[in-house]
Amino acid sequence: MSAPPHRTPPRFSATFNPNVIAEIQRAAATGIYDIRGGGAKRPLPHFDDLLFLGASISRYPLEGYREKCGTDVTLGTRFAKKPIKLKIPVTIAGMSFGSLSGPAKEALGRGASAAGTSTTTGDGGMTPEERGHSSILVYQYLPSRYGMNPDDLRKADAIEIVIGQGAKPGGGGMLLGQKISPRVAKMRTLPEGIDQRSACRHPDWTGPDDLEIKIEELREITDWEKPIYVKVGASRPYYDTALAAKSGADVIVLDGMQGGTAATQDVFIEHVGLPTLAAIRPAVQALQDLGLHRKLQLIVSGGIRTGADVAKALALGADAVSVGTAALIALGDNDPQWEAEYQKLGTTAGAYDDWQEGLDPAGITTQDPALAARLDPVKAGRRLANYLSVLTLEAQTIARACGKSHLHNLEPEDLVALTIEAAAMAGVPLAGTSWIPGLDK
Amino acid sequence: MPGFDLAKAPLRELNAALHALSPSTNETHWVVSNPSGKHAVACGLDAPVTVEIDGHVGYYCAGMNKNATVVISGNAGVGVAENMMSGEVRVKGDASQSAGATGCGGLLVIEGNASARCGISMKGIDIVVKGSIGPMSAFMAQAGNLVVLGDAGDALGDSIYEARLFVRGRVASLGADCIEKPMTEEDRAILADVLKRAGVDADADAFKLYGSARRLYHFHIDNVDAY
Repeated sequence: MSAPPHRTPPRFSATFNPNVIAEIQRAAATGIYDIRGGGAKRPLPHFDDLLFLGASISRYPLEGYREKCGTDVTLGTRFAKKPIKLKIPVTIAGMSFGSLSGPAKEALGRGASAAGTSTTTGDGGMTPEERGHSSILVYQYLPSRYGMNPDDLRKADAIEIVIGQGAKPGGGGMLLGQKISPRVAKMRTLPEGIDQRSACRHPDWTGPDDLEIKIEELREITDWEKPIYVKVGASRPYYDTALAAKSGADVIVLDGMQGGTAATQDVFIEHVGLPTLAAIRPAVQALQDLGLHRKLQLIVSGGIRTGADVAKALALGADAVSVGTAALIALGDNDPQWEAEYQKLGTTAGAYDDWQEGLDPAGITTQDPALAARLDPVKAGRRLANYLSVLTLEAQTIARACGKSHLHNLEPEDLVALTIEAAAMAGVPLAGTSWIPGLDK
Repeated sequence: MPGFDLAKAPLRELNAALHALSPSTNETHWVVSNPSGKHAVACGLDAPVTVEIDGHVGYYCAGMNKNATVVISGNAGVGVAENMMSGEVRVKGDASQSAGATGCGGLLVIEGNASARCGISMKGIDIVVKGSIGPMSAFMAQAGNLVVLGDAGDALGDSIYEARLFVRGRVASLGADCIEKPMTEEDRAILADVLKRAGVDADADAFKLYGSARRLYHFHIDNVDAY
């Protein structure tokens, strides 16, 4: 039987689109919010909305493959006796053993070390494998203090006090029971198999005045050797940056809402915090107002994917960037070779985000020994090193085209924006105009 | 006996000197004068020495202590003995908030009172408070023993894991998932041992034991009213 003529074809609502309808149906069936890994999936103003201008009559480019374009960065030059020197301005973001498998952490260490950069622990402490395979390791100091001890603090090359992260500014963490293996439980002093919460607030300080004293304590414990980072989720970047600087941080890590998480409520990921693009300029402005830009270092993270993203973040004033989700993809996360298994989990390669379940076919976000064994840490580490190399080469390509002999010489003047929103957030002109929305007062 | 006057030399020199001590050092007894509320005094120690501090200290005194004995003849600010691993810290006066926070081992004795969040997120430390403790103490306490000879403030042991809370006085209220539990012989022996190590003469039978009901160990929508 054919459809009646002139009937209106099926039309989906923009408000109640298929994804929204599916979520209402899921919520009605289960009575609990959706939990997932990763960062914001909704479209957001991002680095794609910026373009570099390149050289012209008034700007002189550098020769590719011939003329030097520096990529090194030193972190912790403000107070630490032993700043860390990286070959490239791309670091690996904090991800815990627990949320990730042992081989995945090893691979991150191998890849970062081969590329001449640092990797970072996460909630749950430092493993010997991670320390052993990471030439430069940043030790996170989190509200839960799982696994925290002074010996590992001294083994670290830098300490990162985590106030928040971009995926969930103001939220703690959770690691569901499926991933609380005996080893993970022991490292965190928790019963095996329970749903583990990581606190959202530090247990022994509140506010910036206390943070200053906490930083002083960590410096005293480590004899003022280690750079102290302070990591914040992007929400009030001007004030958070100013307060972290006032508290004595050597390095500020600013994580936008595209930054990933091991497991958080979807509503939190999608509706709390600022896009990375909107956070950088206020943070840089705070440092400039304090006379501290380039004196303490700013690391930006959240949705860094390409060398263009690296170059744009640096041009806006960052000293380095950090990658997490992209690093996992480089290791093998969401690889199409596991498509049949993704299908069994009700998803597909490229969309898999149930990192909290511990069923990762790629063996990365799991504590299942059989799944974890699928990841060869040597090969995965090589892939990560390759990826980091490409990021660097791409950023250098752009910088040379802009006539810069070092990535840190990139500047906002090299950029224009494709949208009014991006122009306002990045503080650069709308392409083809001299208009920077919000600049005129 | 080495002495160190914090009115004459900077804190950084004191801590560096204490950190430089080897496990076999002969300089096993230090006296620190004029702390004047300074922060991070004698933190990060890792040698079997005794450090006597003559006066009040600020935040994080004896933080992350290992092996050492630190005696504070005065009051202590926020986070005394935070994240202690082993050894002993004794406060002869009162302690401010978050005393013994996240402590993994060792013994913290507070001869006066302790303020809010005493033993927050404790991970194996033993804490003895001769006086009373403030609200939200032992929040998310994971392991170890908190012994209180006086009273406990509101929301004791909120979201507690496997720590034991022994209170001799009145408990204003219990936090989520914290309940009174029957005291077994094992519990009584643990309490008696902690009291003995703290040098406190008290009858173990006069205490009540509080711990986790373990109802919140797995997130379940039916428990949502507890959060």
